[in-house]
Amino acid sequence: MSTVARKKSLIWDYLTTVDHKKIAILYLIAGGFFFLVGGLEALFIRIQLAKPNNDFLVGGLYNQVLTMHGTTMIFLAAMPLVFAMMNAVVPIQIGARDVAFPFLNALGFWLFFFGGVFLNCSWFLGGAPDAGWTSYASLSLESPGHGIDFYVLGLQISGFGTLIGGINFLVTIINMRAPGMTYMRMPMFTWATFVTSALILFAFPPLTVGLIFMMMDRLFGGNFYHPAAGGNTIIWEHLFWIFGHPEVYILVLPAFGIFSEIFATFSRKRLFGYSSMVFATVLIGFLGFMVWAHHMFTVGMGPIANAIFAVATMAIAVPTGIKIFNWLFTMWGGNIRFTTPMMYAVAFIPSFVMGGVTGVMNAAAAADYQYHDSYFVVAHFHYVIVGGVVFALLAGAHYWWPKMFGKMLNETLGKITFWLFFIGFHLTFFIQHFLGLMGMPRRVFTYLPGQGFETGNMISTVGAFFMAAATIVLLINVIVTSVKGQKAEADAWGDGRTLEWAVASPPPEYNFAQTPLVRGLDAYWIEKMEGKKGLTPAEPLGDIHMPNSSILPFVISLGLFIAAFGFMYRTEASWGLAVGIIGLLITLGSMFLRSVIDDHGFHIHKEEVLEAEKGVKA
Amino acid sequence: MKKWLLNWRLFSLFSVMALLLAGCGKPFLSTLQPAGEVADMQYSLMLLSTAIMVLVIIVVTIIFVYVVVRFRQRKGEEKKIPKQVEGSHTLEIVWTVIPIILLIILAVPTVSATFKLADVKPMNKEKRDKDTVVVNVRANLYWWEFEYPDYGIITSQDLVVPTNERVYFNLKASDVKHSFWIPAVGGKMDTNTDNKNQFWLEFDQKAADKAGGIFYGKCAELCGPSHALMDFKVKPLPRDEFDQWVEKMKNAKPVVTDSVAKEGEAIFNKSCIGCHAVSPVDKRPEQARTAPNLANFGDRTRIAGILDHNEENLKKWLKDPNSVKPGNKMTGTYGNLTDEQINALAKYLMSLKVE
Repeated sequence: MSTVARKKSLIWDYLTTVDHKKIAILYLIAGGFFFLVGGLEALFIRIQLAKPNNDFLVGGLYNQVLTMHGTTMIFLAAMPLVFAMMNAVVPIQIGARDVAFPFLNALGFWLFFFGGVFLNCSWFLGGAPDAGWTSYASLSLESPGHGIDFYVLGLQISGFGTLIGGINFLVTIINMRAPGMTYMRMPMFTWATFVTSALILFAFPPLTVGLIFMMMDRLFGGNFYHPAAGGNTIIWEHLFWIFGHPEVYILVLPAFGIFSEIFATFSRKRLFGYSSMVFATVLIGFLGFMVWAHHMFTVGMGPIANAIFAVATMAIAVPTGIKIFNWLFTMWGGNIRFTTPMMYAVAFIPSFVMGGVTGVMNAAAAADYQYHDSYFVVAHFHYVIVGGVVFALLAGAHYWWPKMFGKMLNETLGKITFWLFFIGFHLTFFIQHFLGLMGMPRRVFTYLPGQGFETGNMISTVGAFFMAAATIVLLINVIVTSVKGQKAEADAWGDGRTLEWAVASPPPEYNFAQTPLVRGLDAYWIEKMEGKKGLTPAEPLGDIHMPNSSILPFVISLGLFIAAFGFMYRTEASWGLAVGIIGLLITLGSMFLRSVIDDHGFHIHKEEVLEAEKGVKA
Repeated sequence: MKKWLLNWRLFSLFSVMALLLAGCGKPFLSTLQPAGEVADMQYSLMLLSTAIMVLVIIVVTIIFVYVVVRFRQRKGEEKKIPKQVEGSHTLEIVWTVIPIILLIILAVPTVSATFKLADVKPMNKEKRDKDTVVVNVRANLYWWEFEYPDYGIITSQDLVVPTNERVYFNLKASDVKHSFWIPAVGGKMDTNTDNKNQFWLEFDQKAADKAGGIFYGKCAELCGPSHALMDFKVKPLPRDEFDQWVEKMKNAKPVVTDSVAKEGEAIFNKSCIGCHAVSPVDKRPEQARTAPNLANFGDRTRIAGILDHNEENLKKWLKDPNSVKPGNKMTGTYGNLTDEQINALAKYLMSLKVE
């Protein structure tokens, strides 16, 4: 296929792309959009709680907003934004031309996207899910309307996408590393992606099982969660948290990875204690599966189970502590440059330590009977998720923006965003620890006056508006940069250590004209220190084999999207079953097409590569 | 560092924290002003864990501030490349071992307290001691039922308990999952739809006096639109007063003298009696008890668990329950009542007293 034929139109290009860099941009846009939606929902929550007995969002509607805030932020904002970073960076960091399965990569994105759109369709079709992002079985089975059905089917579809993405990155990191890129030479972010992908592989199936049970109960007359019919609601809690706890690490390990890169780059030092960092990452991933029941201390599991899960949970503090100190000592003796990404990284340490220590406090089972389901827990997990994950995503976005889009984000605006967000974050959530200890339960749509909750809630609401302002400045920054940003060089920050900084910004679609030879940790830094301009090639220049783009991932996902509507309305609309079956046929048909059509990809010829590389150099 | 110095520092840290935290919240609601054995135990665990955690935060902050100030790039150093350090085994061991020790210090009392709080043997004895008070708590969409199986009486919304002794609870839910929480007195336990949970609490008389004779109780598990409004109240009484209350409840019968209230009684017997009982001795099975027992309604502290206890609020509640508690199960079950009928009903309900 010629270059001209591939330049059809921008939209068609992105609908059919299998290029990991473009998929990263798709994840970034979709995840960013859902982040704005989730943020708006958060603002509504804070407005309602600003004063006692407020009537901005009452009862059921508040529960819908609260449920969608949590679900959107975790599944539709944080997860895809993490995948955006992984897609943008990991293949280049290991010296590969793409992920192992480019087609699956696109399929993963479109499944997530249609799952998310499906979930949000609930707003316009009779109401959103209202049983909390945890959707505990007894309440979710009681919930009238189709809200919970949207939750179950939407998460099922987007969950497949995540699972596919996780498997893809596992295979990519195992198989596609450049010559010399041994496991113990992989950049920390690649390591984090590797462990996270393994967590996805083991954590998402329990969620899938739980969701299938719930789908059966709600749509097909099943009895998995009906105690009267021999079912059990507690089993949902177990299945959900066997997924849900590792999910925290699925989000936070890549965040750790992003910060590890940023600390090393802007301290101009190699990561302190690299091997213990790797060890700690793997250990956190492993322990992450041993502690789910600490979300259920008050369920009545008995003192033995509670004690075991309490101690196991405390154990996670050790590898996490190792990481914190290693980051501090990475900066120790360094030459620290306070760029926007570095500001987030530096601010992350005290913020995340706060979230970590309250985590240990929560682990003390007997005391957790007080914290559980109170605002203390709300404060705790926002310190972990915002102070850890969101800071990392903002840091990563600023850090890799030049690599993804070829333009530097404005540093002044970036720092304004940072300060607004940092202040707003602590203002919003610090006080919530005390609200919880003072007896305020979580997930309440209002509170009565005279209980001592007024001041704290007002402060919290003010903080939320700071974060909203920060987000607006960030958007302005993105727009201004896209219109007239400063063009980024290959080594955009001048201190890049890993392979992605050795290729052009943005990288050519084949990433590396010649696969590089990796000679140690921080491969690009090594070459720079030896005075070389580029990487040492591991192969002669030749034709590059590339995968063809395809619309099938989009169509497969669209089919499931249609099918979900059909099965949801199966009992009340005559067209329901038919639409459900048509949707499934679209999906299965496109899968069949994918299987029978021979697709050998295409080659970019040596001359074209030379031409392109010359363009970059000049 | 000398040991006494460390001890002294920890001790002062503790006391400063205790002082700070005690200023937080209301004595009838705050976990930071513990009002009984359970809350006390949990409060000491909180203090211990907070002390350890503050210690960790201080250490990290000191290193953090030093690093960020000392090693930031200065003018003229833009090109400087620092030494590329690989790591340090000594340091790695230090920051692995010290946290482990700190966690053990926390883990031991945690495990011990967890077992103590789960000790419900006295309530499960083959033949229960006469003095052991057991309450069956049944959580329902937005109201609480408290049954005293050993005395054969039932009440709702206001839990009455004796002070300075352990009170044992059986906990369950009849519709969706809720969670039973009296923050000032002790941590929560879920009321499940699948099984019966058990735990105990102790209500301290002095703390109860300080709190004005009432503790606030909350539902701590999202249960629907009015989850936020599913409050209940606790009236702790000295043992002899509690015994008197039990006797009165056993013999309570509605005594209606006022003529308006009599009218109200007639309306009640037509429209409400199907769900609400007005005698504390209600022999119906729990499935039939679909609404709060109103035997001592006149003595209660709140209308619908949240509004001040007066006739005006009661009328408001009867007129349009959904405007007070969205999604409640009473709305639309008794047809439209005229203002006069509601007045009569309110009069009658307010006359239901045992005290």
